[in-house]
Amino acid sequence: MASFKMGKMVMRSLFGKPATLMYPVKPAKITEATRGHMTIDVDTCIFCGICQKKCPTNAIVVDRKGRVWSIERMKCIQCNACAVSCPKDALLMETTYTAPSAVKITDTFQGPPKEEKAPKAAAAEA
Amino acid sequence: MAKQTIIPFGPQHPVLPEPIHLDLVLEDEKVVQAIPSIGFIHRGLEKLVEKKEYTELMYVTERICGICAFGHNWGYCHAIEILLNVEVPERAEYLRIMWHEMSRIHSHLLWLGLLADAFGFESLFMHCWRLREGILDLFEKTTGGRVIFSVNKVGGVHRDVSPEMLQEISTVIAGMKKEYDELASVFMEDVSVKNRTVGVGTVSKEDAAALCAVGPTARGSGISTDIRSTGHSIYGKLDFEPIVEEGGDCYARAMVRVKEVYQSMDMIQKIIADIPEGEIAVAVKGKPEGEFMARVEQPRGEACYYVKGNGTKNLDRMRIRTPTNINVPFLVNALAGCELADVPVIVLSIDPCISCTER
Repeated sequence: MASFKMGKMVMRSLFGKPATLMYPVKPAKITEATRGHMTIDVDTCIFCGICQKKCPTNAIVVDRKGRVWSIERMKCIQCNACAVSCPKDALLMETTYTAPSAVKITDTFQGPPKEEKAPKAAAAEA
Repeated sequence: MAKQTIIPFGPQHPVLPEPIHLDLVLEDEKVVQAIPSIGFIHRGLEKLVEKKEYTELMYVTERICGICAFGHNWGYCHAIEILLNVEVPERAEYLRIMWHEMSRIHSHLLWLGLLADAFGFESLFMHCWRLREGILDLFEKTTGGRVIFSVNKVGGVHRDVSPEMLQEISTVIAGMKKEYDELASVFMEDVSVKNRTVGVGTVSKEDAAALCAVGPTARGSGISTDIRSTGHSIYGKLDFEPIVEEGGDCYARAMVRVKEVYQSMDMIQKIIADIPEGEIAVAVKGKPEGEFMARVEQPRGEACYYVKGNGTKNLDRMRIRTPTNINVPFLVNALAGCELADVPVIVLSIDPCISCTER
């Protein structure tokens, strides 16, 4: 009869494992490609500011003088545009999400002081 | 003549996934007229062209609607690519169509679930969405996002898909097809489903044509209209034939979508078998100048993307004509003369996407 078309499926659901995950008790499924949140390798970063220009939501702010890279987590839409445009491949998309929050969080990364240029200038003088 | 009563339907209603408001003019339990009003989620995305560069607009277009995200993005990229005279590599085209057809499967499965929910078949709704989850997982594995993919770019795609992953997609879709057979047979043959859909909200072929209906809504009324049948992109190589039903009622519109899921599954298998090796993107130079209108068959019907560039990084104008916008007059026509209890099913039968409509 037509009414029992779903019979097999219903039986499988009845005796099989649940299709859902008990999140957050069990962690969510994450794949290698999942775009979770943006991180930066501040040691590689040259603070050129291209990522700031390319960011469609203006979530990234780069302070070239102070060598500070910061990202407003709730503005970021995980589009990966900054990582694609980074000339030094310093930006990396992590697969995990940031923790939920009731306030807007800005993560700030302080780069190492500009050591490289000083010896270069010294070398040029010498 | 019975006394007329006006019942407001929406914008917040249990059956509506998105806010549309209808004033239903009733005589007893019969709907005499339906007066639609929209404007509850207008975001002014088209106006953003003034502020955002044309490359940033890609992320705006895919956020017009969560369900047709890929198609919106693709249509916009395609229009810009024509303006910039960019030849997209063939592999990128294949990948785009694969994702686009996967979007169609997930959109139709979502809609079938909502339809089941509209006529109170809760477990069918759950099973449709459970199947859809498999497609979303494939999206996450291939693009990194489940709903918003950010995988297109002007000149190609951002990510390639490995042969192993393609094989996995093929296996998952083949497995899904078996389960979908069971669900599809419920929609096609179940008595309770037929009782709620056959002969409900019937619109004739002539009326549908006069109201300029598009997509599965038009195809359910016997109009063979589908941009894919023009063979654009790689559709010419996929032996595409539009699915047309003659009934013109909610059942016919459901059948079009039920069969389109099968069709999309077959197309994906063909794409995976035929996909050529090669580049996935080409470098793009210059700024868009001139105007172009791209047409894409979204899960809900034909969408047009008009772009006008002026040689700078900001476009002069972007206009998107979305399928639900066009199908609202069809909905009003279908509602006239129906029973009040059938209104939810008829409203859902055009697959309304109000986010698209209002942009």
